[in-house]
Amino acid sequence: MSAKTTILTLPREELVYPGNRACAGCGLSIAYRIGLKALGPDTILVVPPSCLTVLQGLFPVASTKLPCLNVTFASTAAAATGLLGALKMRGRQHTKVVGWAGDGGTADIGIQALSGAAEREEDFLFMCYDNEGYMNTGVQRSGTTPQGAVTTNTPFKGKQQKKKDVPAIMAAHGIDYVATASAAYPLDLYDKIRKALSLSGTKYIHIHTPCPPGWGFEPRYSIKVGRLAVETGYFDLYEIEQGMLRLTGASEKLVEKRELVPVGDYLRSQSRFRLLSDEQIAEIQAQVDTKWSGYYRAAGQAAAE
Amino acid sequence: MSAAKKSDWDVSDIDTWGPERHQLGATIPVAGNSEEVETGGWRSQVPVISPEKCTGCLLCYFYCPDASIIIEDGKAAGIDFEHCKGCGICARECPAKAIAMKAEEKE
Repeated sequence: MSAKTTILTLPREELVYPGNRACAGCGLSIAYRIGLKALGPDTILVVPPSCLTVLQGLFPVASTKLPCLNVTFASTAAAATGLLGALKMRGRQHTKVVGWAGDGGTADIGIQALSGAAEREEDFLFMCYDNEGYMNTGVQRSGTTPQGAVTTNTPFKGKQQKKKDVPAIMAAHGIDYVATASAAYPLDLYDKIRKALSLSGTKYIHIHTPCPPGWGFEPRYSIKVGRLAVETGYFDLYEIEQGMLRLTGASEKLVEKRELVPVGDYLRSQSRFRLLSDEQIAEIQAQVDTKWSGYYRAAGQAAAE
Repeated sequence: MSAAKKSDWDVSDIDTWGPERHQLGATIPVAGNSEEVETGGWRSQVPVISPEKCTGCLLCYFYCPDASIIIEDGKAAGIDFEHCKGCGICARECPAKAIAMKAEEKE
């Protein structure tokens, strides 16, 4: 892989303009702004209804300096497939097609079109920004809302079910590249997008995206909360290539240091987890510790070989 | 980011448009005209830069969700007040504490 990008080597050209209707401190704004720098100007975006359509612009305002196709909720990957076909007919195969959907448009409503496209090995990059709920319609639960989170339709006990592991579902399709990233680590996201664009077939990147109004924290803490999710081991940054999972960036450093921040620090930083008792947090900590002891073991085996 | 400029697509009388003036698929023929929209009015707190403390790490520019930090000579030189939403991420993330959030004074 090429050298890591730094802030100084990042392209200065802005492809997403200010004046958009994203909330103050929006994690998606950060991921989108840096993500589009990685995609470059020769790109067509396909976007279903989501916070991103609000960010892209409510008619007659557009904030993105790229062609954007806003499609129905279920059809992001199907529309991207059609676009690929149209570009092929016109001999414009250098133009990149990118689907960028929210967690609802990926994990819940959009999953059959995405699964079909991944099985057909359509040559596009699909990105899911996961703000763990239907945020722009008023914070409803989605398939990727974590257990215990209060949403407007799980108001009394929080969500009872587990978070759907979408990167694992996508990896099970046997596609060449699956990665997770976080809006709090935009350079890691930038490098993963550049890597995905260099590969053919369907690529999938899952971006953990802090949402100040939906998660219940002050807008200035967007980066801090996103970073805590990674530092506590609650959300991991990794790449899956040829079926092999490899931790990257900040998560890779955590394996070396073996010092996870207590997961309570992350959960207590947001009001959506206010119903969790100390016992429930201890349970979540135990789940995180089990997951990470697996990572430590794998790292130990890799070092021994 | 330069000051807001008017695009070629005039939508000032869009409330009076009939179906004959709207393009099929509600196409927006210009890209980036959001620049004409001011979101500065959302602020309740305003970032203030102390230039003598700035070390030029560019983290504020990098993390700003609205690309509203103006960089000159490799340092934070000012804020695009027409668009800054006052989220305060720049002040929180600045390692040199060169940006402080002050209460916005409205006239």
